[in-house]
Amino acid sequence: MTAAVQTPFQRIASDFAASKLALLGFAMLVVVIGIALFAPVVSPQNPYDLTQIDVMDSKLGPGEKSMAGQTYWLGTDDQGRDMLSGIFYGLRISLGVGVLSTILALSLGILFGLTAAWFGGRIDALIMRICDIQLSFPAILIALILLAMLGQGVDKIIIALITVQWAYYARTVRGAALVERGKEYVEAARGLGLSSSRILFRHLLPNVLPPLIVVATVQVAHAIALEATLSFLGLGLPITEPSLGLLISNGFQYLMSGKYWISFYPGLALLLTIVAINLVADQLRDVLNPRLQK
Amino acid sequence: MRPVLEVSGLSTHFFTRAGVVKAVEDVSFALNAGEILGLVGESGSGKSMTGYSIMGLIDPPGKVVAGSIRLKGEELIGYDEARWQKIRGNRIAMIFQDPMMTLNPVLRIDTQMLEAVLAHHDVPREEALRRSREAMVKVGIPSPDERLLAYPHQFSGGMRQRVAIAIALLNKPDVIIADEPTTALDVTIQGQILFEMQKLCRESGTALIWITHDLSVIAGLADKVAVMYAGRIVETGTVDEVLDCSRHPYTRGLMCSVPACNPRGQPLKQIPGMTPSLLSLGAECAFRERCARATAQCDTMPAIGQDAHAVRCHHPLGAPT
Amino acid sequence: MTEYIIRRLLQSSLVLVAMSVLVFAGVYAIGNPIELLVNPMADDAERARVIANLGLDKPLWEQYLTFFKGALTGDLGKSFVFNVPAVGLILQKLPATIELALCAMVIAILFGIPLGLWAGLKPDSIAGKTIMAGSILGFSLPTFWVGLLLIMLFSVQLGWLPSNGRGDTVNVLGFEVSFLTADGLSHLFMPALNLALFKLSLIIRLTRAGTREALLQDYVKFARAKGLRASRVVGVHVLKNIMIPIVTVIGLEFGSVIAFAIVTESIFAWPGTGKLLIDSITSLDRPVIVAYLMIIVTLFIVINLVVDILYSVLDPRVRLGQGAGQGAH
Repeated sequence: MTAAVQTPFQRIASDFAASKLALLGFAMLVVVIGIALFAPVVSPQNPYDLTQIDVMDSKLGPGEKSMAGQTYWLGTDDQGRDMLSGIFYGLRISLGVGVLSTILALSLGILFGLTAAWFGGRIDALIMRICDIQLSFPAILIALILLAMLGQGVDKIIIALITVQWAYYARTVRGAALVERGKEYVEAARGLGLSSSRILFRHLLPNVLPPLIVVATVQVAHAIALEATLSFLGLGLPITEPSLGLLISNGFQYLMSGKYWISFYPGLALLLTIVAINLVADQLRDVLNPRLQK
Repeated sequence: MRPVLEVSGLSTHFFTRAGVVKAVEDVSFALNAGEILGLVGESGSGKSMTGYSIMGLIDPPGKVVAGSIRLKGEELIGYDEARWQKIRGNRIAMIFQDPMMTLNPVLRIDTQMLEAVLAHHDVPREEALRRSREAMVKVGIPSPDERLLAYPHQFSGGMRQRVAIAIALLNKPDVIIADEPTTALDVTIQGQILFEMQKLCRESGTALIWITHDLSVIAGLADKVAVMYAGRIVETGTVDEVLDCSRHPYTRGLMCSVPACNPRGQPLKQIPGMTPSLLSLGAECAFRERCARATAQCDTMPAIGQDAHAVRCHHPLGAPT
Repeated sequence: MTEYIIRRLLQSSLVLVAMSVLVFAGVYAIGNPIELLVNPMADDAERARVIANLGLDKPLWEQYLTFFKGALTGDLGKSFVFNVPAVGLILQKLPATIELALCAMVIAILFGIPLGLWAGLKPDSIAGKTIMAGSILGFSLPTFWVGLLLIMLFSVQLGWLPSNGRGDTVNVLGFEVSFLTADGLSHLFMPALNLALFKLSLIIRLTRAGTREALLQDYVKFARAKGLRASRVVGVHVLKNIMIPIVTVIGLEFGSVIAFAIVTESIFAWPGTGKLLIDSITSLDRPVIVAYLMIIVTLFIVINLVVDILYSVLDPRVRLGQGAGQGAH
């Protein structure tokens, strides 16, 4: 049997590939990430290099040609920037903010969740009470208020996105860690006289990680959508760092005059990114769920 | 006397992605008024599916593919959903295994009883209520007026099963199918309920099909027994015939795995091997792999005889081979 | 029951006080409204006068005490921008937001439960699969972008519906409402639909999952064995069971609908509290921000309490403030 020599990774990969929809999502995600990483290479134009844009080309429809003869497949915005290039650069920022904030929130959540589970008692009660209160309010409200206090900026929005996410992970980690803590291998590790931190990070963490990865994948999509929403409301990123949300917001004012493309295409890019992440996360959840394995 | 219920050649198959599961195959039996039939078999032998088939409760991908079910001479196979609804709960009622699960947890008992009456009889609410009260008294539930206003979680397991039985009795059905209704209960409660069911059926002339895996229950309760294995009836006859002079090797094996049948201190006898998958049944006798008496003849499925004590075996016990 | 409610109310007021400190400290410690509110050409004396007038010269804790004392009497300060009580300003805008949120919830429930039931009863049918695909899309689509698409389609392309404002309103019991006039309805339709979309997807998913779960239960088979019509089995036995989680979620989500109304109101220029909040954030009108938060937090706490009480009404197994199983007799 080949199953005997399969590594866990191979098993996960082959289970994952069982769903065509998930594979499609994965392919989309690879394209999106590729574009985000190599935006300067794949973009027809650097939309923020003022020497490359011409105000005379502003608000051209999709497929129209510029004065210099360049074709703008998705049209141009009010400054005469190529929308396609704008979207590629915007994707870079949106994805970057989403992934970075999720990783940081995940680390913070793991730290607090493990702390709560390990020490128990008052520390546990305090951390969990804070989580409960925070999770009873919608993320958008908390993020909005934070940004109202902090102001605009990439660092500020990352702080806001971390704040709204960490409690989620902390609770998940704590729950999983409490289950694991009662198991024999942890008792054994304690019996060997290993230090708390070693048991926590070398023994507990690897066992609580799989469910977290799934949660985190979905959360990246949420974080991207939330950042876009906040930027759309004018509270997220400054105009110098145009994420997809800001591009959409920018085009909103031209929507009424029928110049739909300035808002529509960045929105489409946003939607495709979120759908791709959700498809991958859905399948990951099934593949990594030990209860569903035969 | 014409039997109340005649089942003949009943086959129910499930058309799953993995293949056709022949859950019930060529099942026949007849039941007179007031008679109790014990339908015995292991889990997956098709005994519950036989019950569901008689209730018209087989859902896709399952389908009754052959056979006939006659209720007082009326052929039920081929009925549409609307006509089945008139039969179910009215002329054939069913009781399920787990009393914790069969009553709807968010509806009061009176709601669940009244709807069973009103679904079949155009009577005023008061009359339906009177019948419900009467049924509760019949199954031994004290202070029915108070109990009718309660929710299922306020009853013990045994009481809930009594309520389920009361609901089954409400419309005075011709046949009641009881699918292991005492398995989930304490032994003492089990005894009470068995006794009461027997009494109720004798008094009202209701025929009862008692589905179980427990031979000792059948011994004290039933008149007739049908033993099922892998979707087919392998032996049928009166309780005395089947239990005391089992002729099918499987029935004999079942009898010997009951602890009481074994001498003290001896290891329990078991039937070797496992129940076959209903997916991969071939033309041979389904019990062949586990049977000590199997010969080349067992490559074909034996037919079941027409006698009162019939057996589906090429080499039955207690007969010259 | 009464004891339970009193205990919950006490807990809630503690949360409220804690929140007020957090919000006050956060909002008042950061940002500088003086820059915005005082004429840059004004001399120092004029500046000092305005600062003193607004109470911004006092230490933070004293500002909070003043604020807290006021809060107890329902006074959460005056708006820097409009120079009227902040609470009044919000209460004046609240009916518009509540109307929008309620309409969105009604749309989500009215369509979500039947669609979810259908998808749960016939999960393999084309309709069932389409409903599920639609709800997945509804989850993925960012609310604000859907709003833009709606405007693009119904206002710009087709020209059927207006893209902003509340339209004509009628006064009912002292509240201005839009849904009773044709013009108001045409203004209400798109924002309500926009706000409903996410919750609609959520309710479809919940109902579908609940239905599929309930259908496997023995009580459904038993109900069918009683000879009940399919409509009664689904409409009473299944629906009453799945209503419990659905009501809980609907209740808890109402708060988030009000929060998400911030986005929808901004897109459709719906004159509610959400738009007021965004305007106040851009103009650093702190008392309004604080007042908005305090009112929203209070609203959340009330909603949670109502949901818990409703839960016990729906599920006979739950008795508030008592252990399970004590409910007999």
